[in-house]
Amino acid sequence: MDNIENLSARFQERIDAGEKIEPKDWMPEKYRKTHIRQISQHAHSEIVGMLPEGNWITRAPSLKRKLGLLAKVQDEAGHGLYLYSAAETLGISRDEMTQQLLTGKAKYSSIFNYPTLTWADIGAIGWLVDGAAIINQVMLTRTSFGPYARAMVRICKEESFHQRQGYEIMLTLCNGTPEQKEMAQDALNRTWWPSLMMFGPRDEDSPNTKQSMAWKIKRKTNDELRQQFVDITVPQAEFLGLKMPDPEIKWNEERGHYDFGAIDWDEFWQVVKGNGPCNKERIAARQKAWDDGQWVRDAALAYSEKRSNCGERSEGIKVQRSKGKIA
Amino acid sequence: MSNKKEWPLFEVFIRSRNGLEHRHAGSLHAADPTMALENARDVYTRRQEGVSIWVVESKNIHASNPEQAGELFEPAKDKVYRHPTFYDLPIELKHI
Repeated sequence: MDNIENLSARFQERIDAGEKIEPKDWMPEKYRKTHIRQISQHAHSEIVGMLPEGNWITRAPSLKRKLGLLAKVQDEAGHGLYLYSAAETLGISRDEMTQQLLTGKAKYSSIFNYPTLTWADIGAIGWLVDGAAIINQVMLTRTSFGPYARAMVRICKEESFHQRQGYEIMLTLCNGTPEQKEMAQDALNRTWWPSLMMFGPRDEDSPNTKQSMAWKIKRKTNDELRQQFVDITVPQAEFLGLKMPDPEIKWNEERGHYDFGAIDWDEFWQVVKGNGPCNKERIAARQKAWDDGQWVRDAALAYSEKRSNCGERSEGIKVQRSKGKIA
Repeated sequence: MSNKKEWPLFEVFIRSRNGLEHRHAGSLHAADPTMALENARDVYTRRQEGVSIWVVESKNIHASNPEQAGELFEPAKDKVYRHPTFYDLPIELKHI
């Protein structure tokens, strides 16, 4: 029998060699726990992220915008499901994850605890929030845990539509009336700093970063990703003719990057701890959905049990039972 | 929280177009196979990713154990004579 040190050393060798880890492979308990925490948090973010945007579906300014927003919110439900499935391969159940979200044990991205006050916020979210998410998620397509990496590949393919629909909303507003442009500027002002916070604490305040890098869970640090986001986004704001809500943003020739101002980490921690503008509202909405859906889950299960007890097939899409070899 | 059990887990396989095999796309929960197919359509084929879907309850899949990977797959490693390049033939020979 191998001892834990040998197994851990061999595990690290596999990671260093660029091998992917699959669910049934041996893995250190901390690797498993870190993944359950990170993947479920990511899944919860997709699901809670539907709420601020869902708020505007019925009030979208045109049918085109409504279709786009509906499709985006539906994608987010799908992304949540891919991620829950990936987390379940590590031995946690779907219901357990849901309970962790509802009781506050599990977190989700703090950005979704801010309100969507105007239609321009839908543009700013697509452009900035999805833009920041894409940077993180592109990195995660190369993460060491197979099911997480595969879910990310699928998500990244779909996500660029989200960002483009957001930017197009911003572009339309910026080419519109002065009031519309002002609305876009206001949305940028409110969304910018929380978007920067999405990458998490500074590297020196992020105790998990070193281990996550060694296990190739993350391939870049929070600060590296944040810088990448700023460098990409500043020219996009200039293109819109909007002003960045940070007077310290300036191109630094020597570094080859934009410098930017200090983030208000007190605000970040306040929102993480549950004191953001919409934390309670978001969890209450999820709790209501869970409670109101209980009878549906129960009824579907009872129906399926009854059917299988009397050997009947269910209605709906015709399920073809294979009689022999299928291929 | 309800004491009811969760809906079972299904694995989803999708044929992206005729001529190709079904490939594993992911998994999902559903109360029965019909719902699994409906959910698979919504979750995995929103952008014409498929023309055919299989769903199978995950508990019905029998998988090899990664710990036995050595005894299962290593014997094939030293059997180079199963590959065409193992056989030396003159270069001027064509179509073989």
